[in-house]
Amino acid sequence: MHRFANPARFLRIASALFPWVSVLCALSLAAGLWFALAASPADYQQGDSVRIMYVHVPAAWMGMFCYSAMALFSAVALIWKHPLADLLARATAPIGAAFTFLCLVSGSLWGRPMWGTWWAWDARLTSMLILLFLYLGYMALADAFDDPERGRKSAAILALVGFVNVPVIKWSVDWWNTLHQPASVIKRGGPAIDSSMLLPLLLMAIGFQLYYVVVLILRVRAEIAEAKIRTLRLAAIHAAGGDDSP
Amino acid sequence: MTRFQTLVARDLRLALRQGADSILVVGFFVITVALFPFGIGPEAGTLTRVAPGILWVTALLASMLSLDRLFQADWEDGSLELLLLTPTPLEVVVAAKVTAHWLTTGLPLLVATPVLALLLGLEPEGYMTLLTGMALGTPALSLLGAIGAALVLGARRGGVLVALLVLPLAVPVLIFGAGAVDAAVQGLDATASLEILGAILLATLLLGPVAAAAALRQALE
Repeated sequence: MHRFANPARFLRIASALFPWVSVLCALSLAAGLWFALAASPADYQQGDSVRIMYVHVPAAWMGMFCYSAMALFSAVALIWKHPLADLLARATAPIGAAFTFLCLVSGSLWGRPMWGTWWAWDARLTSMLILLFLYLGYMALADAFDDPERGRKSAAILALVGFVNVPVIKWSVDWWNTLHQPASVIKRGGPAIDSSMLLPLLLMAIGFQLYYVVVLILRVRAEIAEAKIRTLRLAAIHAAGGDDSP
Repeated sequence: MTRFQTLVARDLRLALRQGADSILVVGFFVITVALFPFGIGPEAGTLTRVAPGILWVTALLASMLSLDRLFQADWEDGSLELLLLTPTPLEVVVAAKVTAHWLTTGLPLLVATPVLALLLGLEPEGYMTLLTGMALGTPALSLLGAIGAALVLGARRGGVLVALLVLPLAVPVLIFGAGAVDAAVQGLDATASLEILGAILLATLLLGPVAAAAALRQALE
């Protein structure tokens, strides 16, 4: 049972945090959406299309944040053979892939009226697409082995190798002077957008971040429960006198 | 002879006696490139314009073909475990196997490239840049491929999976490789793109053997 010692403590803490985080997440998403859709001004150039940004930008941040978290968890899992970090890394992958997909889709919907095209082979867009492929590759690799342990370790190494893409995404708008606009929030000299637009953006970002925590807890709980069920079933088979069976 | 050379010589000898692999890779390269004029029409102008991209993409796909054999054969017959037990660091073993892989697939691709460029009607200004770019890019592809091949060792459907893992990582090589030729054809300076290709090669030289060796250790645990 010592294998579950650490996850048990995690479960206790996670269960205590879960209701608070869920409520905060719902509140900040509701407030963020209210400001984003109703209480913030339309852009003088983009009109109401600017409201897509309040989903697009936080989703892009979360796509990169989730990959960084996944790489960090993978490194911890590889170095200290920490079983929980492994679970966290694998639970992060689908969430990050979903955020990256949301970012690409919302960007595409915004690009149609603004740029006049659904998609452009711009440096930022391409590197974000590669991020999505890396997530998919990670999930495919983690599930590709008969021995789950082996899949986990291979996927962890892939997550670390693929991390080179994250700085490329961040600075792609500075290195290549293509279609996607450069950073306007996290940059030297402070944000370049008005506070009436910064508020909904930050609220949405906080909401997305909390949403990640909520889903992460749910997924890890499910994974731990699944491992427990597997252990119990194996124990039941052994107790039923499986000794003489091959 | 150093251990590195011994290992390269062993792999080359194996490749030579089993034959097939290099010829298959080059054959795939030639046939796939020859398909494009059928697909997009034989107008010389169009083909000339897309030639760098076609050559690079096809070379990339061809170098994926033999990847799943890179460690698989040695893993199946147990020689990989013996190599792990030798005093030679596993990173050196990986470097040797990648060198042999490049000599048997990357180099033949490089030799076939000018002929195929001729078939597609590439502008004469592009040849030197294309070959220099390929010479820098294909070893980087082999090194990236080695990471993928080591990761999927023993996986179900490893051959398809390795392409899914390695192709996204290979995109920068493709961008700068094809970009350099485009620049050279338009009479611009291609040095910057070639230098970035060189930088990618150096980075993969550093990262590739370490990551692939780590993945192999997991596979052999």
